[in-house]
Amino acid sequence: MAKWFPHNVSTFGGDIDSLFWLIFWVGLAWFVLAEGLILYFVIRYRRGKSQKAAYITGVPWRQSAWILVPAAVVLVLDLAVDAMGAHAFEAVKGESPQPDVRLRLTGEQFGWNITYPGPDGVFDTPDDLVMLYEMHVPVNKTVAIALGSKDVIHSFFVPALRLKQDALPGREIPVWFKATEPGDYEILCAELCGFGHTKMRGMLTVHTDESYAQWVRENWEQ
Amino acid sequence: MSEASVMTEGSSAHHAAEGGPKSKMALWWFLASEVMVFGGFLAAYILFREAAHGAWNELAEHLSVPLATFNTLLLLTSSLTIVKALDAAKAGRHIAARNNLAITILLGIGFLVVKGIEYSTEISHGFTPLAGMFWSFYYTLTGLHGLHVIVGIVINLSMLVSIMRKGERFKAGNRVEAAGLYWHFVDVVWVFLFPLLYLSH
Amino acid sequence: MSETGHAEPTSFFRRYIFSTDHKVIGKQYLFLGMVMALLGGLMAYVMRWQLAWPGSQVPGAALLSEPAVVDGVVTPPFYNALVTMHGTIMVFFVAMPILLGAFGNYLVPLMIGARDMAFPRLNMLSFWILFTASSVMMISFFVPGGAAAGGWTAYPPLSARPLLSGVNWGMNLWILGLALEFSAFLLGGVNLLTTVVTMRAPGMTMWRLPMMVWMQLTAAIIFMLSVGPTIAGAILLLLDRVVGTGFFVPQQGGDPLLWQHLFWFFGHPEVYVILLPGIGVLAEVLPAFSRKPIFAYKMILYSIFVAGVLSFLVWAHHMFVSGMNPTLVMPFSVATILISVPFTIVIFALIATLWGGSIQLPTAMLYALGTLTMFIIGGITGIFNGSAPVDIYIHDTYFVVAHFHYTLFPTVLLGGLAGFYFWFPKMFGRMLNETLGKIHFWLTLISFNAVFLPMFALGIGGHVRRIYDPSTYDLLKPLHGITTFVTIATVCLLLSQIPFLINIVVSLTRGERAAANPWRANTLEWSTASPPPHENFVGDPVVMRGPYEYSVPGADQDWLPQMQDADTATTR
Repeated sequence: MAKWFPHNVSTFGGDIDSLFWLIFWVGLAWFVLAEGLILYFVIRYRRGKSQKAAYITGVPWRQSAWILVPAAVVLVLDLAVDAMGAHAFEAVKGESPQPDVRLRLTGEQFGWNITYPGPDGVFDTPDDLVMLYEMHVPVNKTVAIALGSKDVIHSFFVPALRLKQDALPGREIPVWFKATEPGDYEILCAELCGFGHTKMRGMLTVHTDESYAQWVRENWEQ
Repeated sequence: MSEASVMTEGSSAHHAAEGGPKSKMALWWFLASEVMVFGGFLAAYILFREAAHGAWNELAEHLSVPLATFNTLLLLTSSLTIVKALDAAKAGRHIAARNNLAITILLGIGFLVVKGIEYSTEISHGFTPLAGMFWSFYYTLTGLHGLHVIVGIVINLSMLVSIMRKGERFKAGNRVEAAGLYWHFVDVVWVFLFPLLYLSH
Repeated sequence: MSETGHAEPTSFFRRYIFSTDHKVIGKQYLFLGMVMALLGGLMAYVMRWQLAWPGSQVPGAALLSEPAVVDGVVTPPFYNALVTMHGTIMVFFVAMPILLGAFGNYLVPLMIGARDMAFPRLNMLSFWILFTASSVMMISFFVPGGAAAGGWTAYPPLSARPLLSGVNWGMNLWILGLALEFSAFLLGGVNLLTTVVTMRAPGMTMWRLPMMVWMQLTAAIIFMLSVGPTIAGAILLLLDRVVGTGFFVPQQGGDPLLWQHLFWFFGHPEVYVILLPGIGVLAEVLPAFSRKPIFAYKMILYSIFVAGVLSFLVWAHHMFVSGMNPTLVMPFSVATILISVPFTIVIFALIATLWGGSIQLPTAMLYALGTLTMFIIGGITGIFNGSAPVDIYIHDTYFVVAHFHYTLFPTVLLGGLAGFYFWFPKMFGRMLNETLGKIHFWLTLISFNAVFLPMFALGIGGHVRRIYDPSTYDLLKPLHGITTFVTIATVCLLLSQIPFLINIVVSLTRGERAAANPWRANTLEWSTASPPPHENFVGDPVVMRGPYEYSVPGADQDWLPQMQDADTATTR
């Protein structure tokens, strides 16, 4: 089943994936227990010729223990999942590390606008470059994105990075990632934004250091 | 919204033998949901006002505190007169009941008139519902409240007609108490709106 | 006993159309809900066809006209409208009418020993308001611009400005239709609450109430306390659209997130409003066919109350990546995951009801077991969504769609069918054919899993929701086989309902006449004729015991009706 996931190329993707699998195995155990009990009871206590049902009300403690103990176990497991979750969520959405590359990403009906600040590293200067659809970043560098929208709510989703953040009009939301492998990774819009929602595809290209330098040279020729 | 008027008819008269005061209980449940509606509006208003970091205080100065205070007094008095009307009705004093109910209705209408004066003054100064977020909330909150006042007046009017027609034969049952309860609710909502809109600095 | 206040009507109109009899009204809700279910299901069919074969002609879509459908091909705006209306209709015009409107109205007065609801005329009004609301929803397809297309969640600014969505009157009618639906169920809730509190027969203490009544009571309270903020939000949205205010529009100082908070504050408790009556069905059917009391009656109730309270504290688990303040996320995530504790108690108590029983498996019981087993999957997959970091990945993907269909579908359809097969004899005085019932069950159960189990894989693969054409994305191309499989399974699921419809028609006309108590069950509705007379009971019910006294040691039969006198063994 692990192969259903797109290959993870994000530094925090591993945390998310391992939490997923923890929940999966714990959930599977409970699934097997609960469904197994139902199946067993239905077969074992199927009405026979003279079978009488037992008058079990669940009121005495030794009977209700059978449901209270599972509930207590679930409580402990819940808290464990929460603890792991808090840690992982903080890693993704908490304070972002010092960025090496800054970008601005603005969604609109129906495309992605990526603004590069250019060699001066400052936005809203003449050397800025806006591209539609293409996001270029270097590998193993922290990328900080200021995410916004021109019109409705969109959502910036890169499955390979395990990254998703809604893009809202009227505010700028910080997003960051660090990609660990070069390659092309699709960007999808994950919030219904109108009749062109299906078309809001983008492409994140993670470059090796050499090819990134080349890409910068090509786009900011003097 | 005429559900309240539908609710009060045909209930306790037929089923009084079977259990407690149904109209009143029904109204309490209904009011609980109404509290959540107004609560939703007020929560939204308060959050926006906080986010404005004091900018709305200046806008609120364009509201007329004197007129609204007067309106508050009108409503509070009308809650008093409706209680007197109900007490009189229960004691069989239908003339006193009729008179107090009529005063309640007049006070309610007075409230709406004053509100109308406020609205027209504000609009003439360019403060329409589209003049900004504060004004959008102001008109929405007071407008919805005003609609509830209108409904209350209609309910009270129908009761008044009933008292006038039946005279001594008028039975002050749970329907009447339910109507009074609704009117108090309308009053209580205003008691929250008034300081939140007019007085918070 | 005391006069009912309304003698049995004689004209066709008063008996079947404008009736104040809760039993007739209950059936009206059932019929309306089933019609809307068919329409909602057909919408899903058209959506699924487009997903499997993008840009192709959908069989049957030639009946639909431009601009929504061009030469039998679904257009993107119409696809969005289908997505929106499928969800809206299923939640508000199928689930609530069937589980609360039909089962609540039909069963509650009978189960408490009353002659009707507290406010029969209000009850009738509630149904007709819902009917109007349903009509408004369907009419919205035919106005210029088409039906609402912003998802059943209607996030602004897309939903706040006609220019952004291309939908004008359709969206306004959507808001109106919802407002009417809320009114219908608010009035219905008031009616039900008043009825249960004031009209119980002598001896029917609160602790002797059947679970179904408790579930309806709790659902009504949750609904009434949660819907307010959404009503406020809907009014603000309508003002934004029609008057031009900017409550949700940033350019005018508004905030799109305000809508999300107001919507989901209700949205989450709403799913428990739907779930609870489904649990009520299980709580009636499982004991009856295990011949055992329900396990830990009070503990189930307390757990449901705790879950009900918790349900008001988790709404922002729908908003983890919405842009809301990240410090709010973990508290909501923790609260969400903790709901699994009371539900563990409820689920295990229902399972324990089977333990040591004498289990029979008529169709109603098969559906009840199907509901329970499938709901467990829904509940467990909820943990994935409740865990905030995992949700970052699966939010707005088919994983979520699979999760909520594994909770809603078992509750509404499997649970609704369990109730239908269980109470059909009581409601219509005829028995349903068991063979057709079992065929219906197995076809439905297998198709249902074939449709929704693969969706977990789609979601994990990155398949986002509400997209018209997945082939746009290279990432999703390998998943296309699964998408096609799901679509074929959807067609099978729809076709699986044919034996059911045949069963209903045949049984209503030629089915075996039902006895008063064909299942030998204990609750009060089984102690009167099938169908019950207009005043429900002959004479005045007096309740002697709780509702689940099955297989009491020392008794000569394995059931002991609530009304039955213990020593004389006659039913009062």
